[in-house]
Amino acid sequence: MVTKETLDAYWRDNRILMYVILLIWFAVSYLAAIFASSLNSITILGFPFGYYMGSQGSLIVFVLLNYFYSMKMNELDKKYGLEEE
Amino acid sequence: MANDAMQAWKKKLRQIYGVYTGIFLIFVIALWIGENMGLQQKYIGYAFLFGTIGVYAAIGILSRTSVVAEYYVAGRKVPAIFNGMATASDWMSAASFIGMAGALYLQGYDGLAFIMGWTGGYVLLAVMVAPYIRKFGQFTIPDFLEARYGGKLPRMIGIVSAIIVSFAYLVAQIVGVGIITSRFVGIPFEAGVFLGLSGILVCSFLGGMRAVTWTQVAQYIILITAYMIPVVAISYKHTGIPIPQVMYGQALQVIESKQKALVNDVKEIEVRQEWKKKAEELNAKIKELPESWQKGKTELEKKLKNLPTENPERTKAEKALKDYPKTPEEAKEKWTATMKEAQVMSKPPKSYVSPPSDTKGIINFLALTFCLMVGTAGLPHVLMRFYTTPTVREARSSAAWALFFIFLLYFTAPAYAAFARSEILTNIVGQAFTSLPGWVAKWASVGLISIKDMNGDGIIQFSEIIIRADAVVLATPEIAGLPYVVAGLIAAGGLAAALSTADGLLITISNAISHDLYYKIINPNISPSTRVKIGKALLIVVAAIGAYVASFKLAIIVELVAWAFSLAAATFFPAVVLGIWDKRMNKTGAVTGMIVGLLITTYYIIGSRFYGIDWFGIKTIAAGIFGLPANIIVALVVSRITAAPSQELQEFVDSIRYPKGAVKGGVEE
Repeated sequence: MVTKETLDAYWRDNRILMYVILLIWFAVSYLAAIFASSLNSITILGFPFGYYMGSQGSLIVFVLLNYFYSMKMNELDKKYGLEEE
Repeated sequence: MANDAMQAWKKKLRQIYGVYTGIFLIFVIALWIGENMGLQQKYIGYAFLFGTIGVYAAIGILSRTSVVAEYYVAGRKVPAIFNGMATASDWMSAASFIGMAGALYLQGYDGLAFIMGWTGGYVLLAVMVAPYIRKFGQFTIPDFLEARYGGKLPRMIGIVSAIIVSFAYLVAQIVGVGIITSRFVGIPFEAGVFLGLSGILVCSFLGGMRAVTWTQVAQYIILITAYMIPVVAISYKHTGIPIPQVMYGQALQVIESKQKALVNDVKEIEVRQEWKKKAEELNAKIKELPESWQKGKTELEKKLKNLPTENPERTKAEKALKDYPKTPEEAKEKWTATMKEAQVMSKPPKSYVSPPSDTKGIINFLALTFCLMVGTAGLPHVLMRFYTTPTVREARSSAAWALFFIFLLYFTAPAYAAFARSEILTNIVGQAFTSLPGWVAKWASVGLISIKDMNGDGIIQFSEIIIRADAVVLATPEIAGLPYVVAGLIAAGGLAAALSTADGLLITISNAISHDLYYKIINPNISPSTRVKIGKALLIVVAAIGAYVASFKLAIIVELVAWAFSLAAATFFPAVVLGIWDKRMNKTGAVTGMIVGLLITTYYIIGSRFYGIDWFGIKTIAAGIFGLPANIIVALVVSRITAAPSQELQEFVDSIRYPKGAVKGGVEE
């Protein structure tokens, strides 16, 4: 039998993970868009950085975030013994 | 499924789709060889159309089923990576495939709201919704609403929202099918719709979600191959390196420097003056409605009457009269659109890479991105796909794969746009009208490109070219000098994108009616086989209604799709997310929240689109920005001042939060 404490601890860790991911998600899309004008003064391989974040940079981070989340949650399942039977 | 069986199953799937991809490539190469040996373009078009639709129908026949769990959720044995591909093609519509690169071409930085919005939503979906939907493990989103909040009312609201949101979207896909088939294969719009729909109906009718899933995987492989080939070729042509996603930085530089030079170009200024004059004329005409409409009509009729029957000018005049607005209201709509276009053309080109310079522009950009993201995570036909994985673990990883497969197309779209724009600025602008390249003339003849010597100097100015969004992807094969077979491949890819999305939507709507409404509310006593039969019958009815509405080709369809996102964001998303993350959320809270969200969003959509309502300068397309927070706030407040959900419901929430253990309450089969 899994105790209530285990469940609460699992859910707390899950929530923290969600906040961290959403924070990064917000920064690479919305913050980057707000500061896109200034970021555009940096140019890498021909790409103005502000435009790049909107067209590719944020997308790459989104994909990585989803893989990271999936990996981390599998670890949490294992740590708290809550894996599927 | 036991672990060994699962591994064997995955291996078998990889083999099947590996062989399938190989055969598809051989098919394309064979057609290419055929083209070199003189096979007519018409037959290449037919081969792609009938070949691909035939394959989809064959998959449908192979995966036919009448078992409830197979019909509704593909037996819950779709491995993460395959569910990822199915979700990606379920998600990417005709608009993503053909229109998005064009939107980027036309809007520059502003268009990135779609790129970020339609990918960023999958982060929300993955961390806040997908794993829990899988653990809950039923069939539809209204199922979840009823189980979580209790009673039929939450389910009813879910059904109504699912149908509204999905139907608008379905009609847009059917229009897309008709346009692609008529443009490439030269068969009439209606025949194209009929052919395309029969292909997907064979599929979903025989095998429900199971057949839809395996067809969508096949469609993803076709659409992603088709999308990559032209843009890789054009990157090679422009830069010598066939990696468009990295090399289009150079194109951006070309665009910026050429556009800067155009701002003070004397000839360009001349043309802009012409546009300004045109806008003012139209404005005067709009102000004098309805008299100006009547006057224009009488003039055309008089002109036609005075032309002798054999005069070649006559057909032209007949066409002008036929295209003339039928009512003063239609004239207002049409003339306003043309006037706005003329106003845009009368201004010097904006920087392609700069964000909006005013606060209102930035706010609208952020609001639209947000609505698209949240809407994505709330669309029922996407959420439904996460019921089909074998485990919670696979659902999480499947959300990551889905985003990866979508990402492949979306992070390539900006390259299409940049190369096309750089091509126009470099090789078209400044040329003589007498030496127009073939592709410009070809797409001008179907109205996707409009080019006219406005200042009469015989030289093409940038302000003399108007390009419709669809032209960018469609014309790229020809710009890159690729054989016709690639153009056919693009058509097949666009068709795959439209059909796969239509399939997913069709089954969502049919399930909302057959499973959620009929079985769960009206008649719970029917046998499983009758349920499946009713679902199948409804597929045909819904497809027929969708095709009927599509046949009017209403201009408003594109807007309806954008609104669907705001509606999904303001109704489903809060109810589902709060249901999982807020244990204190109760029925009264969720229901009032959804109703308030739906009402405010609908009010703002209709008000701002037709009656000039304006809150903080937010455009109609981002209407959800008001309904979504309103929904959440109302739901939180109302739930706190009414009774907490029962002990049973709280245990239910707990049981879907943790992967281990059975779901408590409201489970069947």
